[in-house]
Amino acid sequence: MRAFLRNERLMLTVLLVFALLPPLFQLMGQEYLLSLLNRILIYGLAAASLDLILGYGGMVSLGHAAFLGIGAYSAGILAFHSYEGSAVLNWPMGLVLPGSESLLLALFVAVVMAGFFGLLTGSISLRTRGMHFIMITLAFAQMFYYLFISLDRYGGEDGISLFGRGHLPGFDLNNDFIYYYLCLFILILFLVLARRFTTSRFGLVLRGGRDNEQRLRALGFPVYRYRLICYALAAAAAGVAGVLMAHQGEYVSPGLMHWTKSGEIMVMVLLGGSGTLVGPLLGAGVLLLLEEVLAIYTEHWMVILGPFLILVVLFARNGIHGLLMKIGGRDD
Amino acid sequence: MIRQFRKPISAGVMMLELRGVETRYGSSQVLFGVDLSVAEGQMVALLGRNGMGKSTTIRSIMGLTPPFAGTITLNGAELQHLPVYRIARLGIGLVPEGRQIFPTLTACENLTVVAANFSGRSNPYTIKRIYDIFPRLAERAQSLGSELSGGEQQMLAIGRALMTNPRLLLLDEATEGLAPLIREEIWRGLTILKERGLSVLVIDKNINNLKKIVERHFIMERGRVVWSGESVDLTEAVQKRYLGI
Repeated sequence: MRAFLRNERLMLTVLLVFALLPPLFQLMGQEYLLSLLNRILIYGLAAASLDLILGYGGMVSLGHAAFLGIGAYSAGILAFHSYEGSAVLNWPMGLVLPGSESLLLALFVAVVMAGFFGLLTGSISLRTRGMHFIMITLAFAQMFYYLFISLDRYGGEDGISLFGRGHLPGFDLNNDFIYYYLCLFILILFLVLARRFTTSRFGLVLRGGRDNEQRLRALGFPVYRYRLICYALAAAAAGVAGVLMAHQGEYVSPGLMHWTKSGEIMVMVLLGGSGTLVGPLLGAGVLLLLEEVLAIYTEHWMVILGPFLILVVLFARNGIHGLLMKIGGRDD
Repeated sequence: MIRQFRKPISAGVMMLELRGVETRYGSSQVLFGVDLSVAEGQMVALLGRNGMGKSTTIRSIMGLTPPFAGTITLNGAELQHLPVYRIARLGIGLVPEGRQIFPTLTACENLTVVAANFSGRSNPYTIKRIYDIFPRLAERAQSLGSELSGGEQQMLAIGRALMTNPRLLLLDEATEGLAPLIREEIWRGLTILKERGLSVLVIDKNINNLKKIVERHFIMERGRVVWSGESVDLTEAVQKRYLGI
């Protein structure tokens, strides 16, 4: 219980820091850092959604970026048709989905599409275990990657450029500060919901299934169904991160779905500490900051980043979160 | 008195019945036509030397290693083709060998996670009732499963199975490797369960304890039930012949 409370405190502290940093940057005249901070928030959301299935469900997915890409393309395709003045869908019986630059519509479509494809791919991949599960999730992600590369209408390999960040009634999303705080609000909302989810009976079943799946089945619980629901929810959350990413960079490309992106998100989770929700946000922060800082000094920054990651994995039990908990004192 | 077992011996309404159950692991057959039964509210022991098929019988009942021949029924419903979780939902609680509690959940969470009333019991087991049976668990409620001693883990495994409110409890080596005092506490808990009318099928090596509370014993040898009888029939001669003690 104490560990839980300390984790809550750490989460609150981290979110408070994220809330206070932008005005500080403004005072220091370093507004350009806001863009980096915003990327950290969005990647943090994507990594925290992966943490639901990896950290709590024990499902090592190497295809999570597919849902990030589906979310981003949901926003991109809606905006593309809006510029073109055409409909995204024009089916019989009046079923028409017009192009739109509405952020809310993009979020809704992304949640539905990413959740649906999460359900679809999860229903197949969750029938496998271990290495097979890793490979099948990777294969699904690569399928989506090559599918979007083949869509010439939506830019193929070049992707889609957006003209602005879309619309949200009452807010000017092209203002970096407003967009940043919107992303922070969505991240907080996700973390609150995810915290409730993981501490609920449903979350306990997931964690129990991670520890011993066969035992849980022998106690009357169809673990597959629980995992599938979790997988689809995590996919939907990654879809939201995809929309935010598309609007932040005003650009969507198939590269978002490449398996290396999935690997990058997984590194954020492991670096920050899996099964903690706030850890992946810390992991995203440290990884993106290191990338940014090291790239100033050398173009071979990966040579430094690689050994650093190895050291963290070897010596920091449960990543940065584990280190901070250790500094904060023992549970007992 | 030594006799070959041929058919289930009626001791009231039969709850669990195994008839001609044959099970194999890959190409290696382990059970060769196992027949046994557990009546409503009865406590039954499954005895035998190591490797005679006791645990496999329990795994077959639970669907963890489904039989390829024979029938297993619980209150008349056939189990052998059902998935594991459905069998559990029909009201069978398993306390497996090696306890297998969830190590990253607290003792309380281990109980909460499986809380259900599969048998539709009018006075279902709750965490409080489990703590009444095993007070030691109440003291360790917030400790992680991995931090509990072997005895506490065993109590937790029994409590966890009870939280599903089963009609029938299967215990596989419930007191194996435990200190005598802890073992006594487990037997005391099992006696309480028996007094409350729960049907129990138990595998254990403590014959003296079993004889005190178990009504019927089945002895297995090389994948078959070769003897069955009441505690009074389980004489030293029977034990020497089939169990080597």
